[in-house]
Amino acid sequence: MVRWALGRVVSIALTLVILYFISTYVGPRLQEYVLNVVVLCGIYVILAVSLNLINGITGQFSIGHAGFFAIGAYTGAAWSVLWLPRIIDLPFLKLGTFVGDATNLVIALILGSLAAGVAGFIVGLPSLRLRGDYLAIVTLGFGEVIRVLLLNTEAVGGARGMSGIPALVGSFHMELFWILLIIVMVIQLSRNLMRSVRGLTFLAVREDEIAADAMGVNTTRVKVTAFVIGSMFAGAAGVLYAHFFTGISPDAFDMNTSIIITTMVVLGGTGSVTGSVVAAILLTALPEFLRFMKDYRMVIFSTTLIVMMLTRPQGIFGHNELRWPRFLRRRKPAGQGSAA
Amino acid sequence: MSADEKSGSLLEARNVTKRFGGLAAVSELNLHVDKGELVGLIGPNGAGKTTVFNLITGVYDPTVGEIVFDGRVINPYKPWQVTRFGMARTFQNIRLFRELTALENVKIGSNTGSRAGLPAAIFQTPKLKQNDRILEERSLALLEKMRLSQVADTRAGDLAYGLQRRLEIARALATNPKLLLLDEPAAGMNPQEKHELRELIREIRREFELTVMLIEHDMKVVMGLCERIYVLDYGQIISQGTPEQVRTDPKVIAAYLGTETAA
Repeated sequence: MVRWALGRVVSIALTLVILYFISTYVGPRLQEYVLNVVVLCGIYVILAVSLNLINGITGQFSIGHAGFFAIGAYTGAAWSVLWLPRIIDLPFLKLGTFVGDATNLVIALILGSLAAGVAGFIVGLPSLRLRGDYLAIVTLGFGEVIRVLLLNTEAVGGARGMSGIPALVGSFHMELFWILLIIVMVIQLSRNLMRSVRGLTFLAVREDEIAADAMGVNTTRVKVTAFVIGSMFAGAAGVLYAHFFTGISPDAFDMNTSIIITTMVVLGGTGSVTGSVVAAILLTALPEFLRFMKDYRMVIFSTTLIVMMLTRPQGIFGHNELRWPRFLRRRKPAGQGSAA
Repeated sequence: MSADEKSGSLLEARNVTKRFGGLAAVSELNLHVDKGELVGLIGPNGAGKTTVFNLITGVYDPTVGEIVFDGRVINPYKPWQVTRFGMARTFQNIRLFRELTALENVKIGSNTGSRAGLPAAIFQTPKLKQNDRILEERSLALLEKMRLSQVADTRAGDLAYGLQRRLEIARALATNPKLLLLDEPAAGMNPQEKHELRELIREIRREFELTVMLIEHDMKVVMGLCERIYVLDYGQIISQGTPEQVRTDPKVIAAYLGTETAA
C-alpha cells in the first residue's frame, strides 16, 4: 500500500513536471493563431472524452453536452469576475495576499466542475426512465434551456455574455499546462475505469440493461455516475474555455456545439477513448486547415464526414483502443479489447 | 419467521397473483423449491411461465401475495438486489453482452463479488487490483468448467448458438447463486446439444451445490432431469408431482393436447 501510494505520488509529480516543460517550452514558440487552435483542440478533447463516458461507454445517448460546458464556463467566469473581486478585499479574509493566478483558477475549476456535476446529476435522473431517442430529446432540451436561461439572465450579461475574465492561464503560458492536465485526468480516469470489473458494469449497461440488472449491476447508479463524472469534466472544459478566451456569450454553447461533440464521439468509435481524442482533434483542426478554401470550407468538411461515415460506420477506432506497443507494455491486460 | 417452519424451502411463492390491467397472467400461485432440488416449470405457450420467472426475480411486483427467498420477502427489492441475495437467471431469448468477450461477460457476472468502490477503480488501488485478479481467475476457472476456455477472448455475439446458451449459464453462475433459474435453456438446440445440456445441468448442480429451477418446453429434457414438476396453464398450477405423476395426469394431457370435451 505504501509502495503503491509512493509510486502514485512519483508518477503524478513526473506528469506535472513533463506537462510544465511542454507548456513553457512549446507554448511560447507557437504563433498565437496556432496556439488558439491547439487550445481549442484540447478543450474539445476534454469534451469528447467526457461525453464518451456517457454516450460511448455507458450507452446513454446524450446530446446536450454544451449545456454542461456552458455551466462550467459561466460558473468559472462568475467566480473570477463577480465573486472573487467582492471577497478578495474583505479585511478579515486577507485573500489578496496569497490568492495567485493558479489558486484562483483551481478554485474556478472546482466550482465549475461541481456546478456542472450537480446539473449532470439532475439530468441523469430522467435517464433512469428514458432510453434512446427519448433521452436524446431530453438532453437536447436541457442544453437549450441552459442557453436560453443564460441569454435572459442580466447578471451574467444576457446576450452580450461576460467579458474581462482574467486570462489567468495566459500570464506564464500555462494554458497548455492546465488543459493537458485535465486531458490527462479524463483519459486516465476513463482507462482505469475500463480496466476494472467495476468499469465493465458500465459497458454492461450499454450492451443490455435488463441483463445487467439480472447480473446484480445497480444500473441506476451506473448511469447517474456516468452523467455526473462526464458533466464535471465538461464543466472543467468550460472553465478553461472562459479563462483562455476571456470572453463568453451564450451562443458559443448552442446546439451546434453539442452536435459537434456528439459527432466526435460517434466518429471516433463509440466507447473508444483513443477514437474520441483523434476525432476531437480532427474535427477541430480540419475547418482551420481548410480556411484557405474560403467558402468551400464547410462543404469539404461535411463531405469528409459523410465519406468517413460511409467507409467506416463503426467509427475510426470502432470499439478498439490504441495501446502501447507490446514491448512497452508491463503485462498483458487480459480480456481487454475484442479485436482478434 | 416462516423460514423456521419450512427450513428446507429456499424459494417460496405464497398466493401470488399478477394482473396486467384486467388480465390475470398468474393467479394464486403457490410453489416452493427446496434446497438442492431440481424443479421444472412447464406449460403450453402463453401459460405464464416467463411471468412467473419475472415475478420471482423481481422484474415484476406481484399484485397480491409474496415471494420468499432464503428467508426474506423479496417483493420490495429490485432485480439487481435479488441477484445479490443469491438468485441468478438466464433468459429465454439470449441476452448476452454481445460486443464484449466471453470472459468479460463472465467477469461482469462476478461483479457481485467486487468489494471495491468507484474511487478505488479510478485510482487502481492495489486492493482493487488484487480483488479484480481474483475475480478474473474465478471467471477463467468458470469458463474452463463450462468448456468455454477456447472462446474466452471471442466476442459473445460471434459465438455459436449452443455456446451462447452455455456462456449465459456461466455468466449466471459467476454471480455465485444459491438458486439458478433457467428460462428454456434447450430452446433452439439440436438433440446432441440437448443431451450435452442435460449433462451440464447435472454437473454444475453437483459442482456448485445449486438449487435449480427451469422452464422448459422440451418434455424429454424436463422429464429426464427434474425431480419435481409444476404444470402451469392459464396462469394457474394445474398439476404437480414427479415426472411420472405429471405425465399421466389427465389435466396435463388436456392442457397440452386438448380433450374431446374441451370447447
